[in-house]
Amino acid sequence: MTKRLIQMFLVFFKIGAFTLGGGYAMVPLMKKEIAGKRKWLSDEEFVDILAVAQSAPGPIAINTSVYVGYKMGGFIGSIVATLGSTLPSFITILLIAMFFTTIKDQPLIEAIFKGIRPAVAAMIGASVITLLKSAKIKSGALTVTFLAAVAIIVFNLHPILVIILAALGGISAMAISGGEERGSTD
Amino acid sequence: MAVLIKILLSFIKIGAFSFGGGYAVLAVIQKEIVNVNHWLSNKDFIDVVAISQVTPGPIAINSATYVGYTIKGILGSTLATLGVVLPSFVIILIIARYFTRFSDKPAVKWMFKGIRPASIGLIAAAAVSVAEGSFIDVYSWLIFLLAFILTYKDFDPILLTIISGILGIIFYYQPLHALFRL
Repeated sequence: MTKRLIQMFLVFFKIGAFTLGGGYAMVPLMKKEIAGKRKWLSDEEFVDILAVAQSAPGPIAINTSVYVGYKMGGFIGSIVATLGSTLPSFITILLIAMFFTTIKDQPLIEAIFKGIRPAVAAMIGASVITLLKSAKIKSGALTVTFLAAVAIIVFNLHPILVIILAALGGISAMAISGGEERGSTD
Repeated sequence: MAVLIKILLSFIKIGAFSFGGGYAVLAVIQKEIVNVNHWLSNKDFIDVVAISQVTPGPIAINSATYVGYTIKGILGSTLATLGVVLPSFVIILIIARYFTRFSDKPAVKWMFKGIRPASIGLIAAAAVSVAEGSFIDVYSWLIFLLAFILTYKDFDPILLTIISGILGIIFYYQPLHALFRL
């Protein structure tokens, strides 16, 4: 058991260390390491876990680690897996924070970030367009997107409040429609 | 002490309400860190996002670690990171134990019919507030346009961050300009 836990820790550490660019980038590597290479879980089990990880709050990589860890080693397993996948970014960012706070006012660093900031805005902005296209959002849902953006940008509402309202809206839509699942509104 | 508890609670909140992937969480993180608690300036917040693009790990974890450190050193960063992970941990364990087919439940599906389009709105709001702190002159608009088109064409975000950093040096680093005037 201890050997298995150490193995698990190392696999999740590797997943955490080698996936740049956020949570969704980690998923294919997780699948390969956990379902593919080591057969710790079947492909179907992994897909089920992923569905839960996407619909629960929190970073998808963390959710998946907690769930896979639990499936494989119970409560201790979930702690080991989560620690493994979180530690690489924790250590990296901690070192950067220590170093960066001392150099960020240097003219060269300031120049670099002046260049990067508008690119960050562009990357986030472009992802809105990509998401709207890929989700094949119907006009009703588009209204929700628009209202959510306006509520935050113009009326300064807390994004958490917007999420709660949207969730309640979805649930009341279920009540109105009598709880029937209509695939077309997706 | 009080500030440590505030850090922990604030990041528990961020963890509990992060739906829809990395960029959607930005709106929540920014509200909590920049607007409500004033732990970082908007400019510093954008820099944390930029650093997150080129370092491993989810953006919520990265910003927790960074912000925690700037407020209260290593202890602060540990608490912030713990805070952001805690809700996932508790919620997933409960689901794993008691609701094996959680995501098939009609109420969950309908909830996400509301949350999914709203989280795109959250991303749009994050884009606007990042843009507010980023446009200083015509060069920033140029970089923005280039980055927007390249991202739309599926260009690698890490490479794009590096390129825009180099453009930053070319456009804004004064000693370089002085060199070429010689």
